[in-house]
Amino acid sequence: MSALTDDTLPVTPRAMRDEMIVFAVMAALLAVVPFTGIYPFFVMQALCFALLACAFNLLIGYGGLLSFGHAMFLGTAGYVSAHALKVWGLPPELGIVVGTAAAALLGLVTGYISIKRQGIYFSMITLALSQLLYFLYLQAPFTHGEDGIQGIPQGHLLGIFDLSKPIVLYYVVLVGFLAGFLLIYRTINSPFGEVLKSIRENEPRAISLGYKTDQYKLLAFILSGTLAGFAGSLKVFVAQNASLTDVHWSMSGEIVLMTLVGGLGTIFGPVVGAFVIIAMQQYLAGFGQWVTVIQGVIFVSCVLLFRRGLVGELAHLLRRSL
Amino acid sequence: MAYGGIYLADEFILETSGLTKEFAGFFAVRDVALKVRRGSIHALIGPNGAGKTTCFNLLTKFLKPTGGQIRYKGQDITAMPPADVARLGLVRSFQISAVFPHLTALENVRVALQRQHGSSFDFWRSKSVLDRFNPRAHELLNDVGLSEFANTPAVEMPYGRKRALEIATTLALDPEMMLLDEPMAGMGHEDIDKIAALIKRISAKYTILMVEHNLSVVANLSDIITVLTRGQVLAEGNYADLSKDERVKEAYLGAGHG
Repeated sequence: MSALTDDTLPVTPRAMRDEMIVFAVMAALLAVVPFTGIYPFFVMQALCFALLACAFNLLIGYGGLLSFGHAMFLGTAGYVSAHALKVWGLPPELGIVVGTAAAALLGLVTGYISIKRQGIYFSMITLALSQLLYFLYLQAPFTHGEDGIQGIPQGHLLGIFDLSKPIVLYYVVLVGFLAGFLLIYRTINSPFGEVLKSIRENEPRAISLGYKTDQYKLLAFILSGTLAGFAGSLKVFVAQNASLTDVHWSMSGEIVLMTLVGGLGTIFGPVVGAFVIIAMQQYLAGFGQWVTVIQGVIFVSCVLLFRRGLVGELAHLLRRSL
Repeated sequence: MAYGGIYLADEFILETSGLTKEFAGFFAVRDVALKVRRGSIHALIGPNGAGKTTCFNLLTKFLKPTGGQIRYKGQDITAMPPADVARLGLVRSFQISAVFPHLTALENVRVALQRQHGSSFDFWRSKSVLDRFNPRAHELLNDVGLSEFANTPAVEMPYGRKRALEIATTLALDPEMMLLDEPMAGMGHEDIDKIAALIKRISAKYTILMVEHNLSVVANLSDIITVLTRGQVLAEGNYADLSKDERVKEAYLGAGHG
């Protein structure tokens, strides 16, 4: 675990100031996207994945826990939100709440089971649990199996914002992403985050200081799962469907890929990674099946050449924490 | 206070009886009765494979004994999880220096201070609330001569300093008893003297049980020494007596040493 985080820089007040500046720049850039002619659907999708990757990064980058089943949170929240919107006819805000709450509950249960083991065994349990859910969703009538839940009504958020208008939806998704990102940032830089980092750094020592480390890991797992679920609920409004793709294990792999490409344990890495991967899928779509091969090559070269990820390497060059 | 059980419980802060750890038929520790007097520096020595570290891990609850009992301040802690034992004031160190490498020295100490004063689960608050621990953390760093390293990540500190940091972190918990696992392992002479002086100094306030290979350190520091061989107690006493003991010489010191 520590090999992955060897180059983490300690967070100093200066680093926090740097990070807030980068955050402001990122927020400003994202805010002007609709006026640049960039396809907003692509950016919205990327934002959902960016939040998902950030949630995943909270767990591995700061808690040292590699979950290989994070798609289960994305998919579960997606299905529950979609069902709530379409079948129960709930308004968007409640649809998001219900979906996110479902992910939180799932995080509590799966976290409780998986944190009992460490390292690769932890990862395997998360993978097994997500596979279990995949087959459940494949069979469950409410998910409509291979078809997925289609044609989800977008509705009016809080009765005011018409989410069927792309520009409105874009800003709602952007606000959701920024809020989720800030919550993760705060968590990392909170009293809880300090304990979490100490557990990542040296768990036996944290125990010897009197910390019941399982409780901290469980809370990190639930937070990460809940935020991943929030990303899944937002994504329902963007894609207007909820399908098996989002609970498939390859989605979990993609989350790992995004985080590694951007930079594990960096604040902004997962965002960059998500945009790179989604952009590749979007703009290389013409290559058909070859996209997977190209992704594989990029993944391998990233691990070989930029072990710290794009943002991680940049941060190392600048001797800053990003 | 001077009568019967109460007196005994007060005199000995940590006691074991019949402490045993068996790994599939092999007894790493067998029937060990250990009594650590409050306020003393007690050393646990023995040749390689004598079961010192196993014994140590049993006392700190990082291993579960297969038999026997451990009592700390008169309370049976045999079945207690390690984090709870730490909360009672029985705190351990590790053979390989146990610091949080990518946290600064100050943050290392602060994590320990934070544990005692709650709010460790608050993920919605800024960590600037931890700044209230800074004065005490600086004090502790100053105590072990690490003031200048306060903002240095532990990973960049020299080895001897890491050990000092580890001790400062342990002291932050305000323990009653410290268990030190080979505090001098892998250190040069200069560092050994510094850490030995530090241990001597803190022993005025705390009870210390240590496992140590370096005999001159043991000789200088310890009030009482327990010698283990093959998982069992061979002898107990002060250094002067033990160094004359034929059994100890044979088992541990070797013929040419005395």
